Amino acid sequence: MAPHWLRVERRTTLPPRVVFGVSFAAIVAALLAAGIFFKAYGVSPLRAYQLIVTGALGSKVGLAETVRRTIPLLLCGVGLTVAFRALFWNIGAEGQLLVGAMAAAGVALFVPMPDLLRLPAMFVAGFAGGAFWALIPAMLKVRLGINDVISTLMLNYVAAFVMQYLIQGPWKGPTARGFAYTDKFPASATLARIPGTPIHWPTLILGVLAAVLAYIWVTRTRQGFEIRVVGENPDAARYAGISQGKVILAVMLVSGGLAGVAGVGEAAGIHRMLLAPSKLSFGYGYTAIIVAWLARRNPLAVIGTALLFGVIMAGGDVIKVSLGLPFQLVNVFNGLILFFLIGSEIFMRYKVSIRWRRA
Amino acid sequence: MEWQSWVISTGSFMLAYGTPLLLATLGEIYAERAGVLNLGIEGMMIMGAYSAFVTAYVTQNPWIGLVVAASVGAGFSLIHAFASITLRANQVVSGLALTLLGLGLSGVLGRAWGGLPLPQTLPEITVPGLSRIPILGPMLFDGHSLLIYLTLLLVPVMWFILFKTRIGITIRAVGEDPATADSLGIHVRLVRYACVAVGGLLSGVAGGYLSVAYRPAWTEGMTAGMGWIVVALTIFAFWNPIYGMIGALLFAALYHLSFRLQPWLAPELLRALPYLFAILVLVFVSRGTLQRRMGAPAALTIPYARGEE
Amino acid sequence: MTLDASESTTYDEAGPGPSRFTEVRRKGASLNADEVAVQLRGITKRFPGVVANDGIDLSVHRGEIHCLLGENGAGKTTLMRILYGLYQPDAGQILLHGEATRIPSPRAALTHHIGMVHQHFHLVPTLSVEENIILGLSEGRGPFLRPRKTRARIRALASEYGLQVDPTAKVWQLAVGQQQRVEILKALYRDADTLIMDEPTSVLTPQEVDALFHTLRALVDQGLTIIFITHKLDEVMEVSDRVTVLRKGKVIATVDTVSTSKAELARLMVGREVVFRLEKRPGQAGDEILKVRDLHALNDRGLPALRGVSFSVRSREILGIAGVSGNGQHELSEVLTGMRRATHGGATLEAQDVTNRSARAIADLGVAHVPTERIRVGTVPNMTIRENLILKRYRRRPFCRWIFLDEGAAGANACDAMERYGIAAPHDGIAAKNLSGGNIQRMLLARELSGEPHLIVAAHPTYGLDVGATEQVRQVLLDQRDRGAGILLISEDLDEILQLSDRILVLFAGEVMGILTSEEAQLEEIGLMMAGAQRQAVSS
Repeated sequence: MAPHWLRVERRTTLPPRVVFGVSFAAIVAALLAAGIFFKAYGVSPLRAYQLIVTGALGSKVGLAETVRRTIPLLLCGVGLTVAFRALFWNIGAEGQLLVGAMAAAGVALFVPMPDLLRLPAMFVAGFAGGAFWALIPAMLKVRLGINDVISTLMLNYVAAFVMQYLIQGPWKGPTARGFAYTDKFPASATLARIPGTPIHWPTLILGVLAAVLAYIWVTRTRQGFEIRVVGENPDAARYAGISQGKVILAVMLVSGGLAGVAGVGEAAGIHRMLLAPSKLSFGYGYTAIIVAWLARRNPLAVIGTALLFGVIMAGGDVIKVSLGLPFQLVNVFNGLILFFLIGSEIFMRYKVSIRWRRA
Repeated sequence: MEWQSWVISTGSFMLAYGTPLLLATLGEIYAERAGVLNLGIEGMMIMGAYSAFVTAYVTQNPWIGLVVAASVGAGFSLIHAFASITLRANQVVSGLALTLLGLGLSGVLGRAWGGLPLPQTLPEITVPGLSRIPILGPMLFDGHSLLIYLTLLLVPVMWFILFKTRIGITIRAVGEDPATADSLGIHVRLVRYACVAVGGLLSGVAGGYLSVAYRPAWTEGMTAGMGWIVVALTIFAFWNPIYGMIGALLFAALYHLSFRLQPWLAPELLRALPYLFAILVLVFVSRGTLQRRMGAPAALTIPYARGEE
Repeated sequence: MTLDASESTTYDEAGPGPSRFTEVRRKGASLNADEVAVQLRGITKRFPGVVANDGIDLSVHRGEIHCLLGENGAGKTTLMRILYGLYQPDAGQILLHGEATRIPSPRAALTHHIGMVHQHFHLVPTLSVEENIILGLSEGRGPFLRPRKTRARIRALASEYGLQVDPTAKVWQLAVGQQQRVEILKALYRDADTLIMDEPTSVLTPQEVDALFHTLRALVDQGLTIIFITHKLDEVMEVSDRVTVLRKGKVIATVDTVSTSKAELARLMVGREVVFRLEKRPGQAGDEILKVRDLHALNDRGLPALRGVSFSVRSREILGIAGVSGNGQHELSEVLTGMRRATHGGATLEAQDVTNRSARAIADLGVAHVPTERIRVGTVPNMTIRENLILKRYRRRPFCRWIFLDEGAAGANACDAMERYGIAAPHDGIAAKNLSGGNIQRMLLARELSGEPHLIVAAHPTYGLDVGATEQVRQVLLDQRDRGAGILLISEDLDEILQLSDRILVLFAGEVMGILTSEEAQLEEIGLMMAGAQRQAVSS
């Protein structure tokens, strides 16, 4: 199988430095590969990356844009790490985010209540909406064994169309230049921002809190133990009397709920109204999959990886503006990263070294 | 004659819209029968659509466009094949990465080509004589492109290959029990690579058909999630080309009907129907199936390594 | 084998005498007896951490049945895999009919007419018999098959060697003995003249074993050479012409079967006098712990696996469930431990109804379960020893306070268990998948037996373990019995069942064929029951 000058051995332990090193190498490789594209557009890759870093992190505006994108990635990403731990492939974070936004908008615009309660109610509604949207495919899998990838994916589209319907139909506000959106949310329904930036810090705090709590939940609690057993060996879970169904429902509740909260953040923090799905979310739910994967399903690590992808997304805008490169390049970049990430995993299973002398 | 025009338009649409679905489904059936799940269909289709359009525009020949689309689809799928088969990475994530890459690449490369008209599209055929048959005539034989008929012919061929030839036995063995196939001298990885490439090829053609015949133009993201429906259709088909044909055509017909219901239902909700329908199909099919007889290939999504237990 | 040896016969006390085969064998093998079909010289194969084959010399004569005898891990299967091209030797030579040959793959082995019948059949369940037989062959014209020609050839081979099977049947529909025939036909179809058989009798009833030996005889008559891997001394004595004993990767001896005995072979195999020194005190069965009434259940394919099974288990007794795998034992163990639904009938544990209660509830009532597939089901391979040890008790104190797990308590538990059961590992943070089979079983036992269970369901507890571990496990079970537990022992190893059980229940096709006390039990009677040929009026 392998050439004779290469020694391939199965690893018996996986120290964190190996995980970190392999992931790091994968990202570097992706950067190099993407560099080819920059070259093709006549731009020096080094200059492009330099622009991305300084644009996304070097200025106050850039940093704000980065953090703004980090928030939903963080929330969705934490939720996904939890779902992936139970081997439930939740590709539907995008839809869950949208449903959360819709639920929050509904509470913001149409439910009479005292002003003080409005924001908390919106968060609760958003969490519940996202959780509900996630529990549908979870139930389908638990009861009928329906493939999780397909059901979560299909529901993304359904959510998007429902939202489209709402903003063009019953919830339509003033229309300007052919775009449809709802009324602006009342002041009591908007999230505070760091002045001069779009950073809605309450959601950010919730995100960090979620990461920490999720980590504790998965690694230190009874239920976390069950989640890990189900994810590592479903047969043993059955043998040990752990209900796979209950575990899946629990993780999807959290996963969908957190995505829903991300939706609340976008609706109430950034736009302060409900608008077209593609304008509300820049594919956060999908990018969060890569965020979670890079974090190796560790909720705490998501804080770092979400930031990384926030930089990438903000950087995409930067190079679009200053270099005239299309924004879709970000998708290419993300795709490459993901490929190199999963391709590099073989180095986590096997230790490869050069055989200097003939065996 | 109201209902007659309903039937005709539905049937006609069924063939036209069902063809790309069917092509991609046939391809994915082969890939999954060999044990590899390829969620990158959407990426391969859109790359096929893009490359077919550009080639057809430049060469003024849509058929060459389709050939190029096939090659691009196949080549693209080999990336996924390499990651899943040789590197034994997680097939779900690899497929998603492929889709991202495909959508991104086609978006980047296709910027300059949006909105351009395609002068030479795939010719539409009207079969003399047969197209005069009441109802069936205009539905089936009037104004369809040759590719549709070719695709329908492909179905029994692919069925035959899969179930009645040595190659088919080999493919099915590789997907069910790669260890056994390996012990008999079959190159498991080669067979899997080949089947994934076939899947990519057909997905590329499916995408090419969209941009060169169905709605001759290039728009970013024009496949609009069709690739995901194909994933659901493959399961609905029980990995059998014949049922795949039934599923694709049925789906297309119902999709068209949902438009017909437009006066009574909001358009956006109607557009959500196909995706809901895909889930409903899975629900319907999940009850009371004997997994052993008609279920998924046992080794689907499981990477194979010789000697590893 | 020369004619001289035919005059003397060696008997040993414990086993059967020379079988009717021996006479025939001597007559048939005198032709070409000295032509060497397969010769292995100095074969060495290393894996990380172990030398599986160490300078092995082996020569197999044409037309003989040559047994490779050794315990688990002796290197028999590795050696044959090298011969079959699945592995490449690090050193040494293979000579076929005197010519040095390289065998880089199974395909190459087949072109040299070497076929292998594996212990776990290499058959694709969803394909038909004939599809499996021609799998990998360039059969037919171009891409097209020739079903009639294929079928005719299969039928001809089948009748020639007495291997009746329906070519169009799907493999998953066949019984295990029939599946094995398909495996043999596969090799014959490819014109194999040397057949390697890896533990072929491990899944057969005694009657099916006889049929197999008959088949082997027919094959050898036609000039085939058979290499037979086994660890069962009875089989060696019954069917082989010569036997090579392997131990820890080395050849210890090659002897003519007629001039040796079971005792001698056992000594060669293990390197010491093998006496299973088990302290088995006579059973003093107590009260009834488990009562099973008319139990019905389905298997994974939806077909009936248990059809009205009734029996009871008392404290301080071991009830051995004898029977060939696939007759309902697996399903029985799962129903009794809450992993499978009973469709009819029920069970009570110490007067509490446990029918269809959850696995967790049943475990909480004091039922321990050592599962059939110890690694795949009984452990979480990627988790640590410490975590695996609390797999069932993590919800209770002291391992869990409110919702948080107590690492310290888990660690202390692990230390204690590792010491008491002798689990060999540097520390309890090692992932379970890195442990050897014996240590995994020790870990399982440590976990399952820690709560002083009332009922222990042990399925194939010593399967695949070396002699030392096997002895230890069996002694543990006996100790538990004396402590007061009732044990349901499922095993394919009849010796084990006879040795350990107080009473024996024979299961065939999901029904109880008979329940005997160990004093009454006769091997032949049990064999007949296992094959469904005899049924006893059930008393207890």
